[in-house]
Amino acid sequence: MAAGARRAPRTRAVESTATWRRSDRVALALCWTAGIALCAIALAIVLFMFYKGIETLRPALLADRPAEDASQREAGGFLDPIVGTVLLTVMGTAIAVPLGVATALWLVEYGRPRALARAVESGIEVIAGTPSIVLAIFGLAFFSQQIFSFLSFTAEGNAVFGRSFFIAAMMMSFIALPLVFGSTREALLAVPGHVREASYALGKTRWATIRRVLLPSIRPGIATGTALGMGRIAGDTAVVVILLGATLRLDAVGEAPIISTLKGTGSTLTSYVYNNSPAGEGNAYDKAYAAAFVLLLVVIALNFTVDLIARGRKGTRWT
Amino acid sequence: MSDQRAERLLGAFACVVLLMIMLMVVSVIAKAWPSFAHNGLAWFGSGGAKTVDAQLADIFNSPSGAKNYVYELRAWPLLYGTALITLSSLVIGLVFALLAAIFIVEFAPKRLQRILEPAVRLLAAVPSVIYGLIGVLVLVPFVGNSLISTERKQDVIYVVQLSGNSVLVAVTVLTVMITPIMVALIVVALRAVPPAWTEGSAALGVNRWRTIWTISVRAVRPAIIAAAVLACARALGEAIMLSMVSGSLGFSPNPLDGLTFLFEPARPLASTIVEGAEGFSVAPFGQTMYAFGAVLLVSSLFLSLGAHHAKQSLRRYGLTP
Repeated sequence: MAAGARRAPRTRAVESTATWRRSDRVALALCWTAGIALCAIALAIVLFMFYKGIETLRPALLADRPAEDASQREAGGFLDPIVGTVLLTVMGTAIAVPLGVATALWLVEYGRPRALARAVESGIEVIAGTPSIVLAIFGLAFFSQQIFSFLSFTAEGNAVFGRSFFIAAMMMSFIALPLVFGSTREALLAVPGHVREASYALGKTRWATIRRVLLPSIRPGIATGTALGMGRIAGDTAVVVILLGATLRLDAVGEAPIISTLKGTGSTLTSYVYNNSPAGEGNAYDKAYAAAFVLLLVVIALNFTVDLIARGRKGTRWT
Repeated sequence: MSDQRAERLLGAFACVVLLMIMLMVVSVIAKAWPSFAHNGLAWFGSGGAKTVDAQLADIFNSPSGAKNYVYELRAWPLLYGTALITLSSLVIGLVFALLAAIFIVEFAPKRLQRILEPAVRLLAAVPSVIYGLIGVLVLVPFVGNSLISTERKQDVIYVVQLSGNSVLVAVTVLTVMITPIMVALIVVALRAVPPAWTEGSAALGVNRWRTIWTISVRAVRPAIIAAAVLACARALGEAIMLSMVSGSLGFSPNPLDGLTFLFEPARPLASTIVEGAEGFSVAPFGQTMYAFGAVLLVSSLFLSLGAHHAKQSLRRYGLTP
């Protein structure tokens, strides 16, 4: 019997708020107000964005590249920003997931020496609390050094630009890392000890246990963390504004087919919205709404994925 | 792969993560050092012959050659703007989040609960730039055209222009942004309170509100503090949304101005960095931006530490979910 199902009807049947003191009733009313207000705000934001999105989104916007000059009012869509968002999200997660999963595995399954384990744990907590803007300027400082000149383009006088898809993706992976790490660790801790012991008893090494027993069973946890991380990467603006250059189009550097794009600068949906809002130079509010609508759809889809994974997870239960 | 080698490999990944974090702290502070060194403690102070924006412009236009760099900066208006916006939205948001969390856990009918929880998660996941867009295209014109009277604008026209980009809008939008984070964390904590505790209270004839307020909320106080601290870190680092709605003017809103105070613009540190994004190639300007970043980094370090401590005391009661 679930705790909530047991508790709720009984107290509700016995107790009428008419017997409460006035201060308690006021507090209850405030609770209702807060709850309803929260619902109303969420509903208002979603409905408003849908209304604006349906009003402003045209298929041509999705297929056209942004206009060459700063003003986006006359021509141009946001094909490049969509490509940029996809590229950055995929690259960022591709770095963050192995790193996060490996770190969590090491911490939970090995975790020796203790001091190092504790340091890693608090280090990840530090990253989770660090503003993305600070990560962005750290990336700029770090990757502007000469040895990293292969990651971005080199201006005249040998100054490394320090802004490219590669660099932005690396810093983005730090935004997703704590989420991947957190949900992987939670999933690992949820696997009971006797499952591991059963595997050891069969003569398997720790590593074999991790690969054959633990990794398959924590896959939903990793997937949840990945989806959450993707949502955060797709929604982050500060890193993009600082580390992806200020070009709306994808500006490739060099000749090599894919590497040149990744070495180059570009934009994502978030920076496109920022640029076209009154704070930027694009001055095309309708297009900002349309791009924001697409971005919101992406984020809602990722959230929905998390829900689906969480619902599917109830089936796997250790006995 | 042998077991030992696997341990070493996984450990190496963990060490890489740790190394990058340490590198980050060291390199941001090292980059920021010249700005602090030239100003001393006055960096944090107010005053100076010019406004902050003029000082930043001077730094940006400083003559070439390391000896001629201008560093003079009194960053108080930016620090004050950050603290003002962060703390006021934190206080409003915390009250709101606590009530909403109690509602979700204890009083909401099942059907409403099923709507509220995804709504909270959605609000927490909406990218800040969308909040900023709604703020700047809906709330700012509304405040600028309807709430600020022409006389009020005329009154202060020689000091500052009131356009609707204001502390009021910034705090409102930021509150909406950070409340769901706190609600989610407080709900999880409240659910972890053992039912026996609340049932014992109810059996003594204490009503439901009193029970949840005196038993559950009191038991999860550390979790509430941790939630507030995390939300504070989030608010502190919010750059894009605030640079869109807060007016982008290094101005210190003065509470003595009465109602006008709410309509005055401000600019927090994080937004200043975003808006200075194109000046990083100018050495002294870039270093000043790193100084802002270092202040943010150190404050968020302390906040993480605080949250960690709060959670530790929660673990002592065995209340971790």
